[in-house]
Amino acid sequence: MIIAVASGKGGTGKTTVATSLALAISESSPVILDCDVEAPNAHLFLKPQFDQRQQVSMLIPEVDESRCTGCGHCAEVCQFHAIVVLAGKVLVFPELCHGCGSCGSNCPEEAILEVSRPLGILEAGTAMDGIRFSHGVLNIGEPMAVPVIRQLKHWEPFPNGEVVIRDVSPGTSCPVVESIRGADFVILVTEPTPFGLHDLRLAAQLTRELDLPAGVIVNRDGVGDVGVDETCRQEGLPIMMRIPLDRRIGEAIARGVTIVESFPEYVPHFQELYDRILSLSEEQQQTAKS
Amino acid sequence: MKQIVILSGKGGTGKTSVAAAFAHLAAEGQVPVPAVLADADVDAANLELVLAPQVLQEEDFWGGQVAKIDHLECTGCGECVQVCRFDAIHQVEDLYHVDLIACEGCAACVYSCPVEAISMQDQIAGKWFRSESRYGPLFHAALQPGAENSGKLVTLIKQHARLLALDDGYELVIVDGPPGIGCPVISAVSGADLALIVTEPSVAGVHDMRRILGTTDHFGVRALVCINKADLYQTGAEEIEVYCQGQGIEVVGAIPYDLSVINAMVHGYPVTVHQPDGLASEAIREVWMRVTAELVEVVK
Repeated sequence: MIIAVASGKGGTGKTTVATSLALAISESSPVILDCDVEAPNAHLFLKPQFDQRQQVSMLIPEVDESRCTGCGHCAEVCQFHAIVVLAGKVLVFPELCHGCGSCGSNCPEEAILEVSRPLGILEAGTAMDGIRFSHGVLNIGEPMAVPVIRQLKHWEPFPNGEVVIRDVSPGTSCPVVESIRGADFVILVTEPTPFGLHDLRLAAQLTRELDLPAGVIVNRDGVGDVGVDETCRQEGLPIMMRIPLDRRIGEAIARGVTIVESFPEYVPHFQELYDRILSLSEEQQQTAKS
Repeated sequence: MKQIVILSGKGGTGKTSVAAAFAHLAAEGQVPVPAVLADADVDAANLELVLAPQVLQEEDFWGGQVAKIDHLECTGCGECVQVCRFDAIHQVEDLYHVDLIACEGCAACVYSCPVEAISMQDQIAGKWFRSESRYGPLFHAALQPGAENSGKLVTLIKQHARLLALDDGYELVIVDGPPGIGCPVISAVSGADLALIVTEPSVAGVHDMRRILGTTDHFGVRALVCINKADLYQTGAEEIEVYCQGQGIEVVGAIPYDLSVINAMVHGYPVTVHQPDGLASEAIREVWMRVTAELVEVVK
């Protein structure tokens, strides 16, 4: 069971939910994947001891000038203007390269090699309560988050992870798509404010396009109250849990302490959330089959 | 004409709330600064929700391209699947299909197909808008959920904002930036004279503030920091002050946690309009004064 925790709007409480959910079901040996590789935060709460590391890189072209004839075919096939030919000399713009390999495979002189360009790192280790933790960290100045997320998902430093919880970045564009693809269920964490609900609708649209079952958690419930129930009804999303607006929760999170550690009365709520996700996910599968 | 971009690293720190207040203060504050506004958070655009824009112009955004397989020409050789590095082509029964969301538009499959059965198709990935808001022209966009090329759309929005500002004599472009540090942020930072990092004192906020400051530094853009929800965690606020001092970065204000910001949002206004006497509004006016003073410095 892979559960992705997404939102649309930033700061609604994705990491807050992901970390408390993991702790509440720690007996099921969950694996946490922090896919927010631009601004990873889950490790600040779960405090893993990292003992596995892997560099993430992508392949970019390097031209063997002794073989290159300056024909320009590489520049023709490149859709991203990452390789250009000026006055018979080839220039590569690594930040624009998508690593597709097309230039190299189409070079008539076989003059293009592929070399590794570092993008970020992956780290894994055991966190509190035996939770197995991994995350990706994008290098500063590096635009492309997606290859790092992709490699994080494929890494599997912990085989046999029955429950995987993916903490996702805000937004609805390609890093979010990569993070939620392949999940069995998406939790959408929202706040009942105009910004929160506006972005929830976008995130809900994304889950529909990817055909992923989803449910909502309303965080800071009571802060704005602008029709979150109505929005969720319109989007066909069940509200699975509500976390009230409570400055003490905000202060605990600010200190880097999870909800369930500060307020153990939330443990059964997060366990119920997990059960609810299991049954909703099963329901969706049944509906899909029939 | 100067350009300021509002960033954070962590999401939800209050960039848009501050950007909206700046738009109001630039137009109607003590010292008016004619400004063009740009919402660079293209996949979750919120600035329009508090600026009441009238859309004057709406355009399609053509993002990248995706591959399309002509099933009549296709011989089922599977070469395309072999060359695709993005797992975007799958065989379903006898036919090969391109996954439009996974396809990166690299066209490697096009060039590998022995019977030229694949072509690239332009894709509409969203829309962008030129609007007149309560406080000046606003350029904003709506990227389709799941679309790529957000960086390209950010660049487009900013270019239009910049051109209008130059053509019509505006002094400032205020760019409401996205969260994170990746491609749309990098596009938003490009060409800025100043970056205002709106952070929060939580451990996550401080962690991500360091990363966004690393990013602005990497691209040679001068940064200022303002601490929002400053009284949420005193230790964190102190850490920010110490870190910034060590890096030679000015902290230009501390905005207390104040629900008036949410109240204003619910009513569709910047907080400095809706509750001008509130603690947040007072603090934001101070930040605005410091920022405008810095913008003058930037020229020198």
